[in-house]
Amino acid sequence: MSHAETMIPPQPAPPGIARPFTAQRLIGNIALGIWLAASVGLFLLMVDGWDPEKFAKYGPSFISGLGVTLGLVGASITLGALLSLPIAFARMSKNKILGWAAYAYVYFFRGTPLIAQLFLVYYGLGSFRPQMEAIGLWWFFRDAWNCALLTFTLNTAAYQAEILRGAIQSVPRGQTEGAAALGLPPRVAFFKVILPQALIVALRPYGNEIILMIKGSAIVAIVTVFDLMGETRRAFSRTFDYQMYVWAAILYLIMVEILRNLWAWLEDRITRHLKR
Amino acid sequence: MSGLFAALSSAVAWLASVIDPLCGPIGIFRLFGSGTLLACDNAGWGDEISYGFMITATLAIATLPVGLVFGFFIALAKQSEERSLRLASNIYTTIFRGLPELLTLFIVYYGLQILVQQFLASFGYDGPVEINAFVAGMIALGVVFSAYCSEVLLSAFKAIPRGQYEAGDALGFHRGKTMRLIILPQLVRIALPGLGNLWMALLKDTALVSVIGLPDILRQTGVAARVSKQAFEFFAVACLLFLILAMLSSIVFSALERWTKRSEAGR
Repeated sequence: MSHAETMIPPQPAPPGIARPFTAQRLIGNIALGIWLAASVGLFLLMVDGWDPEKFAKYGPSFISGLGVTLGLVGASITLGALLSLPIAFARMSKNKILGWAAYAYVYFFRGTPLIAQLFLVYYGLGSFRPQMEAIGLWWFFRDAWNCALLTFTLNTAAYQAEILRGAIQSVPRGQTEGAAALGLPPRVAFFKVILPQALIVALRPYGNEIILMIKGSAIVAIVTVFDLMGETRRAFSRTFDYQMYVWAAILYLIMVEILRNLWAWLEDRITRHLKR
Repeated sequence: MSGLFAALSSAVAWLASVIDPLCGPIGIFRLFGSGTLLACDNAGWGDEISYGFMITATLAIATLPVGLVFGFFIALAKQSEERSLRLASNIYTTIFRGLPELLTLFIVYYGLQILVQQFLASFGYDGPVEINAFVAGMIALGVVFSAYCSEVLLSAFKAIPRGQYEAGDALGFHRGKTMRLIILPQLVRIALPGLGNLWMALLKDTALVSVIGLPDILRQTGVAARVSKQAFEFFAVACLLFLILAMLSSIVFSALERWTKRSEAGR
């Protein structure tokens, strides 16, 4: 008979296998090093070129530029959402002419650069000044901000119409049929059954569209609207100080990141019932 | 050697002038635009706009391979097991997807200028430095394209099952060969619609380089609009040219998609 006479003395855990120093790790460390060096370099550049006078002079104008950007994007996204409803329905309608017209609208606004559309409205329509004055619309097109708002609204309406159409068509047919079987009128069925399910699908593309608009809105600086980009360009042209662009980049990144995280939270929230 | 380059570039220029769809021998402006503002001689703006059309197309086509290759390697880095590599590539995409393209363009254009100036100043050269707008545009657009491209390719990589890699191992292929023969053909098939969208976005973003002075479609039509005072007509032409480019590329992409799916046709 054999039995243990003594307990095995406690021993330290065997040493972990050392991670090999692979080529991937080397490249990763080098890349991180480059980022670190770049951020330290930018930080030093900003500390080095720090000028309280400049900050006091251009800081408020950056804030007002930020306000102009947010206002422009907010207004055009809202108006575009309203305008996108009839376009999406025209696109889905059985009427050939209506569907074709909506398709042409969407194709034009999605196929051409936003900046070319802006020039077409601001400079192009601006060249019809006498006619505009005759019909009393000149006050609107005289202001670059209004032209930018009009262009962005038309542009985002085209994109949002496609998002909405895709989302509505992604809801299975059975949902419509089920609503009909329950005797719901089509209008109620659309708003209470189809749309809530479609909006879950549409949420992420909507977020992307808003981010695209925030980024795209930078081009209004070229038609003399002083948004964040416009204020940056003005400040740069007066000081030739490169850190103005760095400040603008940081502000844009903060805006986009806040929106992205907000959207991730929203999506998490409204798809609670789908999680298992 | 320089004679060879001169001969090559003149041959390319001759070829471009022959196949020029706007002002070539069978160009649209040549056939229908003579006598109007779009004529191809000194009286009209056809030749200038045609030059801009070429610049836009060249810029987009030159940026595409750079962005694709770079985006591919960033996508590889993002699914690496090495944390530092993942972190570094995620920083890259966060920055360049979050910045407005116009701002990226300015940062690259002026930043490069300052960098080169300081670099040359350390050698004792104090003259003015001018960065080529085409190169700056190519870098800025390529960086943005590669950031988006890496995301598209990453999701395509995730759609390829592990078994495909294991099949490569079972056949005794090393990793490069597995990638080339097994993964890449499937990757292209899955990622092509997403890449098509990115190409459209790239095509539209090229219009921004007009701001830093590259004579692309928008710049040339803008000059024509200012001189001739017919802004609406010329900017409408610019929009139309971009639409034509978009239509051409959607035709090419649907053909490509059919071609990559040729083996699936029977199913």
